[in-house]
Amino acid sequence: MRSKVVLGRLLHNRQARYGGIALILLIALAYIGPYLGAYDWTDKDFLAFLSPPDADHWWGTTSIGQDMYAVTLRGMQKSIVIGLLVALFATGLAALVGAFAGYFGGWVDKVLMWGVDLLLVLPSFLIIAIISPRLRGASWLWFVVLLAAFAWMITSRVVRSMTLSLREREYVQAALYMGIPRWKIILRHIVPNLSSLLIIDATLNVSGAVIGEAALSFFGFGIQPPDVSLGTLIAEGARNATGYPWLFAFPAGLLVLLVLAINLIGDGLRDALDPGSNS
Amino acid sequence: MSILEVRDLTVTFPGGIQAVRGVSYDVAQGEVLGIVGESGSGKSVTSLAIMGLLPQNAVVSGSVKLHGQELLGMEEGELTRVRGKAISMIFQDPLSAFTPVYTIGEQIAEAVRVHQKVGKDKAARRAVELLDLVGIPHPDVRAKAFPHEFSGGMRQRAMIAMAIANDPDLLICDEPTTALDVTIQAQVLEVLKTAQAETGAGIVMITHDLGVIAGMADRVLVMYAGRPVEQGVVDDIYYRPRMPYTMGLLASIPRVDGEQDTLVPIEGNPPSPAALPPGCPFAPRCPMHIDACDDEEPPLTQIGGGRYVACIRSREIEHKGMTGADVFPVPVIPPSDVARVPREERETVLELDNLVRHYPLMKGAVFKRRVGTVHAVDGITFDIAEGETLALVGESGCGKTTTLQQIMQLTPPQSGRVVVLGKDSSRLDKAARKALRGDLQIVFQDPMAALDPRMPVGDIIAEPLRAHGRKNVSQRVAELLTLVGLAPEHAERYPQQFSGGQRQRIGIARALALEPKLIVLDEPVSALDVSIQAGVINLLEELKNRLGLSYLFVAHDLAVVRHLADRVAVMYLGRIAEIGAVENVYDRPAHPYTQALLSAIPLPDPEMERSRKRILLEGDLPSPADPPSGCRFRTRCPKFARLSEADKRRCVDEEPSVARLARAKDHGAACHYAEEIEVITASEHQEEQ
Amino acid sequence: MGKFLLRRLATNVILIALAASLAYMLAATTMNPRGAYEGRQPPVAEEVIDATLDAYNLNDKTPVFERYLTWAGGVVTGDFGKTWNGGSVNEEMGRRIMVSLRLLLIGTLLGFALGVAVGAYSAVRQYRFSDRAIGVSSFVVMAVPVFLLATLLAIATYNLNRGLGFTLIEYTGEYNPRLSGWDQFLNRLNHLILPTISLTLGSIAFYSRIQRNMMLDVLNQDFVRTAMAKGLRRRTALFKHALRTALIPSATYFAFAFGTMLTGAIFTEKIFSWHGMGAWLVDAINQNDVNSVAAVSLFTAVCVLFAAFLSDLLVASLDPRVRVS
Ligand SMILES: Nc1ncnc2c1ncn2[C@@H]1O[C@H](COP(=O)(O)OP(=O)(O)OP(=O)(O)O)[C@@H](O)[C@H]1O
Ligand code: SF4
Ligand code: SF4
Ligand SMILES: [Mg+2]
Repeated sequence: MRSKVVLGRLLHNRQARYGGIALILLIALAYIGPYLGAYDWTDKDFLAFLSPPDADHWWGTTSIGQDMYAVTLRGMQKSIVIGLLVALFATGLAALVGAFAGYFGGWVDKVLMWGVDLLLVLPSFLIIAIISPRLRGASWLWFVVLLAAFAWMITSRVVRSMTLSLREREYVQAALYMGIPRWKIILRHIVPNLSSLLIIDATLNVSGAVIGEAALSFFGFGIQPPDVSLGTLIAEGARNATGYPWLFAFPAGLLVLLVLAINLIGDGLRDALDPGSNS
Repeated sequence: MSILEVRDLTVTFPGGIQAVRGVSYDVAQGEVLGIVGESGSGKSVTSLAIMGLLPQNAVVSGSVKLHGQELLGMEEGELTRVRGKAISMIFQDPLSAFTPVYTIGEQIAEAVRVHQKVGKDKAARRAVELLDLVGIPHPDVRAKAFPHEFSGGMRQRAMIAMAIANDPDLLICDEPTTALDVTIQAQVLEVLKTAQAETGAGIVMITHDLGVIAGMADRVLVMYAGRPVEQGVVDDIYYRPRMPYTMGLLASIPRVDGEQDTLVPIEGNPPSPAALPPGCPFAPRCPMHIDACDDEEPPLTQIGGGRYVACIRSREIEHKGMTGADVFPVPVIPPSDVARVPREERETVLELDNLVRHYPLMKGAVFKRRVGTVHAVDGITFDIAEGETLALVGESGCGKTTTLQQIMQLTPPQSGRVVVLGKDSSRLDKAARKALRGDLQIVFQDPMAALDPRMPVGDIIAEPLRAHGRKNVSQRVAELLTLVGLAPEHAERYPQQFSGGQRQRIGIARALALEPKLIVLDEPVSALDVSIQAGVINLLEELKNRLGLSYLFVAHDLAVVRHLADRVAVMYLGRIAEIGAVENVYDRPAHPYTQALLSAIPLPDPEMERSRKRILLEGDLPSPADPPSGCRFRTRCPKFARLSEADKRRCVDEEPSVARLARAKDHGAACHYAEEIEVITASEHQEEQ
Repeated sequence: MGKFLLRRLATNVILIALAASLAYMLAATTMNPRGAYEGRQPPVAEEVIDATLDAYNLNDKTPVFERYLTWAGGVVTGDFGKTWNGGSVNEEMGRRIMVSLRLLLIGTLLGFALGVAVGAYSAVRQYRFSDRAIGVSSFVVMAVPVFLLATLLAIATYNLNRGLGFTLIEYTGEYNPRLSGWDQFLNRLNHLILPTISLTLGSIAFYSRIQRNMMLDVLNQDFVRTAMAKGLRRRTALFKHALRTALIPSATYFAFAFGTMLTGAIFTEKIFSWHGMGAWLVDAINQNDVNSVAAVSLFTAVCVLFAAFLSDLLVASLDPRVRVS
């Protein structure tokens, strides 16, 4: 019944509606689009190097004759998958660490929060960039793990402080006085009641991860060739953006649209899940 | 000559929420108009509409005239000249009503400077004067304090000081004392009277507490579902109500003088402002309801003597001279079997022996260090016999909740003993502790916070059953729901779909699930409206008698306690001040604190209120981190002030402990100079005689 | 209060030390400075490489912990070691540090001040056209990552200058070394325009959202109503009471936003060819330059914690409730 109310509010929210429609279209483009194009992303057309968009190559070709349409959509698929996976891991980790630290307090809390503070001192970009040389040649999943490993700290702090107040809630105390074990209380009463926060956070983490991936790939610290992502494509394209704008404009435009759509949904969710807020 | 004339005021919020539907009243110079009604009846919205402070999406119509000048639709520039000058407002929650980042003095001075052409210094001096007027000690120092550094009572005084800064003609007070303890409430009401005397202003006093306005108001307006349903001179309303809702309201209030036997609840809930019934809005809850009531909403009609009533059967009520008890069915509560056995022969279900709980007082954010000790509970002793209700009363911060937590945790206390059903909590292993939890359950204060909003009610009630591995869970859940007056189908709904009173019943059902022997009730009715409260109190009483339960009942409302409890313990700063059978403590209180507490509780009886003698306490509760030496109450004790120097020494040096009073069987007080007197009905007259 | 701040400072020093050590360890274990010498033509003898690497404390044959101790010993005395090809890290840092700090300082101040102002304005005009326009723009801005924004700005300026036929706005480098005096100063300012925009636009959007939401939250609170009940106009009540109170949460975000700004600075410097710390980091990683990477990490840690410290101070000065007496 609550989820119905939330869904209703979400559909009523203009931002979220536009964001949702845009996201559905973008995902459809990424996953159905490739079947409509004439070329596969690995195909090379030796008759057309760096040709501008035309009827044959809708979005033009690259310097080695790849079809930009196929390559860009392939890159977008990768960016979306990375975004989703990172958000899932990061938010899950944040929820567990924050809830345990907040509920148990004492030294568990101290140790976990010191760790969080330490990780917050260095920007995640820096750490991942330092480690990245090691990842050349490794699976891109490692890259997902790294992105997630440095994206959970701030949320876990928020989760912790909310847990501190939830812990004092009477229904949590009631559960304790009924004789229910503490880990069960965390999983049954605390984490579900943080779900609004976690859903919002997970959504925003998706866009954060998409940007993070692109940013790292921009300097070659992220996805490694021959694999492509929006970030690697933008990096390629940026070098010759004035001469061959199609190499830059399509991946860059899609990246902005993707992030914008997800952020709009996230903000709409915040409104729908938290009726008190005004955002 | 009236200062304020309100005519046909209506307020509608988006979504068709008709919060106020045609309110009309007048307030004359120096007059006090009381507005009463349950939560959501539109009291606050009415007053905000008069001030022009509603959110911009509210649609207001009707007329509000101040000294004959129309306020509705007035342009902002003009309105700002009226607000704070001719009309001032005092809000319910004084903490959130002050801006946290400016000092109290600055904020009062600001109010002065908005309307008077004075310099900064002069305004600041005026602020100090005003603070002095409302009885803030050391006003020059305290003016430099921030709102969070003030106690609740002081903040409300400062709020009053700010409201009277420009000598207003009309003061609107929206529940000015609801957030305060009774002794502080008595102080603040006294300050309000002073303020009125000082300014000669008319007062609109909004409240849900019929006791508070009984002694203050000249006329009363009763609101229900956004509309006035009865209006008249205070005595008429209290002694000769003509509208079933007013009658029910008066019959449902527990009284501290113990005048009534059983409380009369009003069944059902107020209608939602978005879905009002077609005829009389009270019809679904009214026992006198007839078919004609549903035809159209009865208008507020004058019935002579400045009285207005909105009920088609009011003439009949008047002719037959009906009272609340005639109109509303008086519930019959089965007597208890256990009570017939003398107390000494009954089993003891709970025993506290010199229980102590101190908290370290920490400072610093990174490296915490201990800077003191909060003496939350400092050696309290009492016991509860089977089938008995012991009430623990006292003002906020006196250690009631800490005591409960110490009992519920079933872990070894810092010092002293907690014995539940003969088992000492310091000698329990894990399994024994879990088993004992089945016999000891709790019902919380806030019925919303006590139920996990993400679980259906059935699961909530089943949780303790499953945790203790009981069988036939769904059958038992249905049984429990019926037992507390809900329907078994309700198991599938979520807590949000229930009203406050129903939620509290769900909480009670959960507490009963494991068939406990002792239930701890933490302010179980203080969050509920009076008409709903009565139903829950009756349910608790009935369950106790039927199931042979014992209760430890924590409350700050002494009237409710008188109704439900067999024995009462009064706490002050972590210690017990007085303990004994309810009749003894209420009729012949011996500790000066109990006496002040009882005399501070307003009675819903205008005549008694007007002549009642009040024992006013000075100042606020001292910090439990730094309790006074000797008797903890001495800093506020009215008796101490009257003692000779030699007698005072004893109060300062020696901490009194609870001693049995000579005459009574079950009555003890912790005062060196205990003396039983009668305070509840004590009036100025008696004093003179 | 002073004692509290001192203690805070002490924790921060520990955190910096830990963070920098962590960064050094990571860099020392993942990077391979030997690679730069091994692939050379003509080949260099292994002993020579070892000797060179030893001299720079970069030899992977020495246990990491030993290298770390040498490095840490140097850092404590103010010596950050040698770059991959034997240059002095200290000198390099001396050249670059002010470049970055200037950019960061301007970016932070402008971002916070403009963001708060825009957000407050937006809140006061809630639901009007200007509020909606600000809302939409900040969403779009937040969806454009810094590296994209910077690239777009560079392209746009390039085209603008070409269209005009002369250089109106500079888009590479930090200054023109051929100019001097007043011209030099103006030229520096001109060079600052694009990097500043690329660095601040994001934080303006970020702070404006926060400030707007916080202000709308306090807008419906009792104390704003009290202020109006006193006779203040809505606008005055908003500015004097709501804005001031809503600044507190924005100030707590200060430290967090600064971390993002540091990352943004890396891109901005690199794309506009400023020789700052951020650009150095990227180059150093590509050159397997362990000691330079460690130095930049230390610099970042100091900056982040300093921002956190400032944020604490700011909150304490804004909010009497957290001031410890
Ligand atoms: N801003 C608002 N938007 C929509 N509905 C509102 C708003 N403010 C109040 N209401 C509704 O108007 C009705 C009357 O509310 P009001 O606050 O006047 O009640 P009240 O009598 O003061 O209650 P209480 O005793 O709880 O203070 C309620 O149903 C409430 O939900
Ligand atoms: S009009 Fe009818 S329903 Fe309404 S109060 Fe009177 S008798 Fe009851
Ligand atoms: S012991 Fe003294 S100070 Fe304490 S209550 Fe009795 S008279 Fe008052
Ligand atoms: Mg109200």
